[in-house]
Amino acid sequence: MTDILMPALSPTMEEGNLAKWHIKVGDKVESGQVIAEIETDKATMEVEAVDEGVVTEILVPAGTEGVKVNALIARLDDGSGAPAKPATAPQPAPAKAEAAPAPTAAAAPAPAAPAPAAAPAPTASGDRVFASPLAKRLAAAKGLDLKSVAGSGPHGRIIARDVDGAKPGAAPAAQTASAPSAPRQVLSLEQLGIAPGSYELVPLTNMRKTIARRLTDSFRDIPHFPLTIDLEIDRLLEARQRINGILGNDVRVSVNDIVIRAAALALKKVPEANASFTPDGIAIHKHADIAMAVAIDGGLITPIIRAAETKGLAQISKESKDLAERARSMKLKPEEYQGGTFSVSNLGMFGIKSFASIINEPQGAILSVGAGEKRAVVRGDQVVAATVMTVTLTCDHRVVDGAIGARWLQAFKPLIEDPIAMLA
Amino acid sequence: MDFDLIVIGSGPGGYVAAIRAAQLGMKTAIVEREALGGICLNWGCIPTKALLKSGELYEQLGHLDSYGLSVQGRSYDFDKVVQRSRGVAKTLNGGVGFLMKKNKIEVIEGTAKLEKGSPAPKVVIALKAGGSRTVQAKHVILATGARARTIPAIGLEPDGDQVWTYREALVPKSAPKTLIVIGSGAIGIEFASFFRALGSDVTVIEAMDRILPVEDEEVSKAAHKVFERRGMKFRVGATVKKLTKDKSGVSIELESGGKAEALKADVAIVAVGIVGNVENLGLEALGVKIDKTHVVIDDNGATGVPGLYAIGDIAGPPWLAHKASHEGIHCVEHIAGLKPTNLHSPIPGCTYSTPQVASVGLTEAQAKAKGLDIKVGRYPFKNHGKNIASGETDGFVKTVFDAKTGALIGAHMIGAEVTEMIQGFVIAMTMEATEAELMATCFPHPTMSEAMHEATLDAYGRAIHI
Repeated sequence: MTDILMPALSPTMEEGNLAKWHIKVGDKVESGQVIAEIETDKATMEVEAVDEGVVTEILVPAGTEGVKVNALIARLDDGSGAPAKPATAPQPAPAKAEAAPAPTAAAAPAPAAPAPAAAPAPTASGDRVFASPLAKRLAAAKGLDLKSVAGSGPHGRIIARDVDGAKPGAAPAAQTASAPSAPRQVLSLEQLGIAPGSYELVPLTNMRKTIARRLTDSFRDIPHFPLTIDLEIDRLLEARQRINGILGNDVRVSVNDIVIRAAALALKKVPEANASFTPDGIAIHKHADIAMAVAIDGGLITPIIRAAETKGLAQISKESKDLAERARSMKLKPEEYQGGTFSVSNLGMFGIKSFASIINEPQGAILSVGAGEKRAVVRGDQVVAATVMTVTLTCDHRVVDGAIGARWLQAFKPLIEDPIAMLA
Repeated sequence: MDFDLIVIGSGPGGYVAAIRAAQLGMKTAIVEREALGGICLNWGCIPTKALLKSGELYEQLGHLDSYGLSVQGRSYDFDKVVQRSRGVAKTLNGGVGFLMKKNKIEVIEGTAKLEKGSPAPKVVIALKAGGSRTVQAKHVILATGARARTIPAIGLEPDGDQVWTYREALVPKSAPKTLIVIGSGAIGIEFASFFRALGSDVTVIEAMDRILPVEDEEVSKAAHKVFERRGMKFRVGATVKKLTKDKSGVSIELESGGKAEALKADVAIVAVGIVGNVENLGLEALGVKIDKTHVVIDDNGATGVPGLYAIGDIAGPPWLAHKASHEGIHCVEHIAGLKPTNLHSPIPGCTYSTPQVASVGLTEAQAKAKGLDIKVGRYPFKNHGKNIASGETDGFVKTVFDAKTGALIGAHMIGAEVTEMIQGFVIAMTMEATEAELMATCFPHPTMSEAMHEATLDAYGRAIHI
């Protein structure tokens, strides 16, 4: 018998919805065959069979929400004749995870766990904590969770002196901001004077929960500030028109595509703004991987244009169109929306004049792009009309100080105001 | 910029550091004023092991009857014994040359001196071939080592004839009839053991109250006993007042417990510690901090002068080749921006006398002095199958555990092959093993190493064979 477990489709996935089964009891399954669709907080993904065999049991019906990673979801008869273990309830059960040690990524504790120090340090990309025998023993004696200790031995292994310095229940030494905080508890709507029945309750989707958690953490824990600047974009609009004329019908470069390229080139000029705060030091990223916020049904997602500083406008335009389309149909792969170094969020199409986005951790800054509109501009002593676009850079002050943010905007401005500068 | 890294001194600290640097892609040069491989390879660790092997075999020939064997006309050709030792050193010296070439490390033969420079001090080399060459690198590692301490005021100074340091003792014309060894650290004891094996009348003088004073007291005591059985004589707690020479040999005036004594011998070996080679390097002008004869360094080997590092004997005790190599690798990896963790590793020490002595970590007395609650285990080789079969029943294994945590904090061994066995405990300590992992380890039977298992079990009252 082979157990099929709920897979972790991304490093942050804790649970998912079993959207659809492609198999039924009695089906013969081959390795690599698509057997189910799983909806996570970010996307719907297909699950392929690892082993082959005949489906004997389906333990979690299609449409089940909140199935924990590593929960037993189905069983195959692999022809080995090994006796089937008694079927257990589909509820996850850590014991199951032990029985079949599938590599669970970043298994954060169940949200219900009250332990304050339960946040895994960033060393753990899986369940296994690397620690010396002595460190394990010392930690056990202190009642310390090793997941909360940063290791200083070879390859980050936790050694005795790391445990000596750690306090039980202390916050993880590393990346405090990534701690999954409990959902913020507010008074019930009733207590606040909103009568039951006067509203409709929309259940929280996984994506909504993730947005709530990540942005609460970010806004609360990261010392952030906005820097705002006006940019004249008449030349940009003209350049865009000419470029699109040259490119023909295949590609239509948008203002946002030009903003992405200019942002990437500005990051190349001011690499300090292309940075992440980590407890070990400030990571200065070698490439400008620009995440672009895309509104989708039920939330938003930020697919990434990798190494955007190396890509031309036509390519950026093609990629952003493809990513946005697949984002809307929930078909992005995790690696396509995880790991950007800088974000661009554009609400110009809604006529928003200016706004300040919330830092998208672990990125050091996010650019909010407002609408381009005709405004009166003073040039010399003359008031003239110009198309002006206001942008705001929200900076993580731990890495991007005011002066760094300002220098980045200074580098960004000429690229936007006269896109020919991008050729320089 | 001529190089990424210049290493001054090609001993086991310097040449290993240079190779690691080359592995990490640094353009590296090494400066050597004498012979590649330094003291260790040419005048220390390696040639003494060659001599000791000859001595050990010769001594065993005298005991063959206990194995049911006999030999007629046991004798040695001292010149050939020394020649063999020199040949071994030469082979390895050539080996280091090959490694330098293989790793594309430029070897500059000459004597280096440092001058102010940026980003690291400039290295001015008085070339062996004549003339001088100035090179600038991003980083400079001092690995100039150390030499024997001498005390000319009381006559403790080598003359190459009647008074030797390790250096003269490696290439004598003959084995002295009578020999006095001043100092009973590893160097003194090894020469005493060697010359005794060849039949010299050997007396060892030690100022501390026991021989091998850095070792655990029980080990010192056991070594003393076996050495005495081999015919070596000792004066412990004895201070040398004066050494004088005449045609008939050397005379040494001693004082021990308020009593004066005079000893006579053909030759004296001075083994009273070592001093770092810190002179004539231009260190004072650069503002390098020197404590006694050692350069002061931080956790990564940095001297505080930008771009200048120091490793090995010049950077202080323990004066051991493997410590120098270890520091060299750590230092280079630090320079390369890696995060090495070598410096927290425990450093073992070995003495290659008959019997051998090996240890790592704290002695029982040191652990007690630290206020630790400890568990001590012992297992004697006289009970032990493989040792009895081999006719090597001297010695024992001793373990020291932290009673509170179960961490192995010290291991001490004396007996046959213990210098090859100690690494088992070194790995255990480096991995931070506790008694549980050592107990759970399956040791091969029959081996002398099983005594390590038993000494661990004994610390917890669980030894099988006692």
